Parts: sequence; C-alpha cells; structure tokens
Amino acid sequence: MKTIRVFLRSFKEAFKSVFRNFSLSVASVTCTTITLILVSIAILVSYNVNNVTKKLENELTIVVYLEREATPEQAKDLEGTLKSIKNVEKVTFKSKDEWKFEMQNYSTTLNTTLSYLTENPLLDSYTVKVKNVRDLHKTAEKIKEQEIVRTAEYGEGMVEQLVSVFDIVEKVTVIIVFALILITAFLINNTIKLTIFSRRGEIEIMRYVGTSNYAIRLPFIFEGLFLGIIGSIIPIIITIYGYIIAYTRLDGHLFSNVLSLVKPFSFVIYVSLVLLLIGACVGVFGSYKAVRKYLKV
Amino acid sequence: MKYIELKNCYKTYPNGVTALADINLEISKGEFVFIIGPTGCGKSTLMKLLYREEKPTKGNVLVGGIKVEKLRNGKVYKLRKKLGIIFQNYRLLPKQTVYENVAFPLTMDGIKDSEIRPKVLKALERVGLKDKIKSFPDELSGGEQQRVCIARAIVNEPKLLLCDEPTGNLDPGVSKEIMDVIESINKKLGTTIIMVTHDAQIVNRMKKRVITINDGVISNDIMKGKYKANENN
Repeated sequence: MKTIRVFLRSFKEAFKSVFRNFSLSVASVTCTTITLILVSIAILVSYNVNNVTKKLENELTIVVYLEREATPEQAKDLEGTLKSIKNVEKVTFKSKDEWKFEMQNYSTTLNTTLSYLTENPLLDSYTVKVKNVRDLHKTAEKIKEQEIVRTAEYGEGMVEQLVSVFDIVEKVTVIIVFALILITAFLINNTIKLTIFSRRGEIEIMRYVGTSNYAIRLPFIFEGLFLGIIGSIIPIIITIYGYIIAYTRLDGHLFSNVLSLVKPFSFVIYVSLVLLLIGACVGVFGSYKAVRKYLKV
Repeated sequence: MKYIELKNCYKTYPNGVTALADINLEISKGEFVFIIGPTGCGKSTLMKLLYREEKPTKGNVLVGGIKVEKLRNGKVYKLRKKLGIIFQNYRLLPKQTVYENVAFPLTMDGIKDSEIRPKVLKALERVGLKDKIKSFPDELSGGEQQRVCIARAIVNEPKLLLCDEPTGNLDPGVSKEIMDVIESINKKLGTTIIMVTHDAQIVNRMKKRVITINDGVISNDIMKGKYKANENN
C-alpha cells in the first residue's frame, strides 16, 4: 500500500511539476521534438533505402544455360544438384520452347527470324535465385563446374558494385539514426539537468528528512517520462501525416517504379511507436542520471 | 543508557584538513547537550558524522544502534528517519504551505493522509503555530520559520534531534522562545537533543551538559557547563 501511494504521489507530483517549471519543460520538450523529427526523417529515409536495395537484391538471379545435347534426365539431375547448393533459394526451369514463344511474342522481327529456322537455336535454362547476394559470384562459379552447364551468367562486375553500394548506404543510414538518438539523449539529459539543478534544494531536504532515494527519484523519472512523451507527440504527427502526404503526392515511388516507397500502413505506426519509445526512454534515463548527482548529501 | 557513541573518530577532508582527531563521546537517551567552540573547530563536522553527511576517516559512530560509518549512501534514509535535523537557515520548501512542509517527510514516505493529519497538527501545536497552517514560508518571520522547521523535524517523533545553530539568525527574544520549544520537546517527549551554538547567553542560562571542541579535539565536557568558563581554552 505504501509503495502504491508513493507511486501515485510521484505521478501526481511529476505531472504538476511539468507545469510548475513551465519554461524548463518547454525547453526540454522543444529539444526532444526537434531531435526526434530528425530521428524520424532518418528512420524513414533509411528504411526506404533498405526497402529499395532489398527489392533490387531480390531481382538479382543467375541464369544457367544447359548444353544443347543435355537430355531431360540430365536436366532433372542438374536441378537436384543446383537445389543442393547452400546459397540457392529457388530454381526455375525454362525450356528452349518457352524461350522461343516468349521471344516471338516480344517482337515481330524476332518472330519472323525464328520462324525461318527449322530447329530451335535456343537453350534450356534454369533461373537460380540465391539467398545471399554477396555470395552470388561464388555460387555462379560452383554452378559452372557442373557437367552439362554451358554458362552461368549473373551480370558480373555491375552486380558486385551495386551490392557494395547497397552495403555502404545501409551502414551509413544506421549510423546516422544511432548518432541522432545519442544526440537526443545528450540534449534531453542536459535540459533535465537544468530542471533538476533548480530543484537541488528540494532534493537535499528530502534526503535530510529521511526519504529513500527511490522515493526521491521516482517523481523526477516520471517527469522525464512525461517530457519525453510530450516531446514525441509533434514528431509522431509529422511522421504520420508527412509520410502519408508524401506517399500519395509521389504516387508511391521516387523518380521511377524501381524506387518504390514503403506503404504508409502499418509502417508509420511502427515508426511512431519507435519515436514514442525513444522519447520515453531517453527522458527516463536522462532524469535518472541527472538526479543521481544530487543524492549524495 | 547510551544512545550515541563515538569511538576514536578521525575526520580528514580530501583537501588534507583534519577536522576531528580522536573523538570519544557518549551521549545517553534523553540528554540535552550543547556543542560549542570557535568557528572552524570541527563542531559542524561532528554533527555531520551523526547524520551521515560525512563518514569518519577512522573510528566508529553509533547512533541508536546503527553503525553510521558503515551505512551506504542508499541506506542513509534509514538513519535520517530516526532523527530530526534543524538548520540555521530553516531549509523549508518555499512553494509549499506550512502544513505541507511539516507533512513533507510523511507524504514522501507514502503514509496515508488520514494518518498524517493528526501528526502534523500535533507537531504544529507543540511549536505553537497551529494558526499559520495555510501560510507560506515567506509570509512568516524568522522565528516562525524556525518553528516550522522544528515541527517538521519532530513530526516523525524521532528519538534524537540535531540542531545546527538553530538561533544563529534570530534575535535574543525570539531565540529564547525557540529554546523554550526545544527544551519542552526534550522534557515532554524525552527526545535526545544535541545543539551546536555560538550563543553564550543560551548556554549559560540552560545549564546543560556542554562539550567544547577546539582544533578538532574535545577540550572540555562538563555537566551543567557554562560558555564563559570555556572561553579561555
């Protein structure tokens, strides 16, 4: 019962204190708001970039052409061996007749050229999808070693460059997000320090009259929590409305269909929750650390 | 029955100043003790050892069965709950009323309002401030503020009251009133009282035990002592 009362009282006190020290609260909240908006932008951008790179990565495949003299049994065997390679995720067969049909439909010139030939000049093929694009080269090499394989193509050179660019982009965005979170923590810690500095006399009195550190800290921790949550409201609104508006204005993609954006739902909800969580955690930790200093008398 | 015991206590501050050297002291339950001495002699340090604002560099401090020198920072409140402290500069919360100030130690502890109220009223009655319940500290005179501070210190009914120059900022007439309040607490509640003071008049009039500290050592410890007798030390 006692603990519950201390809890409730702390909650009430913290709420009152947010308004009592209004100017300092505004300072904390403003600073949280600004940094959380930056964090939000960084998350939105990095998530979209990752989304695009993932999509592109998914489209990277190895096309395996079989020797002309390969029998259907051999082709069947090869499918088994391909599937047994570690990095291989999916293998799809496309016969030379299917290729021919596709090409004939593609253009009339091709259609007429192909119709002059009595024999189909095309090759049977397997399209191999890999699990990890970074090992595309190794997997292709392994496939080339197989008996009836003529070639295994995956766009050498270009793919490797693309993959390394994706890697860099991914790492940079993650670093930016974490750096911004750290900056938020630092700024909020500083403003809460100011709030608490102005109330160190009060903390001293609490210590002298025999209040436990836990009971002293609790109101300040709640206050940090409130400030953090209040500070995340505007960034959340901006995230939700801003992203939805941007998405509809841009028609769901940037420049071309390849650079498609993440659908707003439920993406913005997740981002909002993350912002709320960051605000709350940073507020709580900021207060916790700032009060500590004055609990020594 | 001894309530406070200091054994071979030394206190050297980090800057090298030795404030106390080899202090041995026993104070019984219900005693009224003055601690006097020139400025900088170590009497404030002695008080700080008792409520564990400072830890002794060497030696033992025992207050009401608690080994003070072994108390960790997070457990200090257990000692402070057992004693009341009165300061020269009152240390009241300026934005809270007299009632809230006195109730402060209890509300912070999560005690029920219905239990707090009679205790606060009783404490305020003891110091004669029952009619100023709704006032704020800055609406009170110095003497009245000190009474609020005393009421706050005794609201928990502690066995020990530590007074650090409680009359330092008050004129002789008001000082006498404050001393009467403290003496009545000592007599009626049996509270042990330790008071640091510079006020010779008070010490001489009260005729209580007087401990004189000089350069960090106890130079005199007399029952029914006087300030004047010790001045030449």
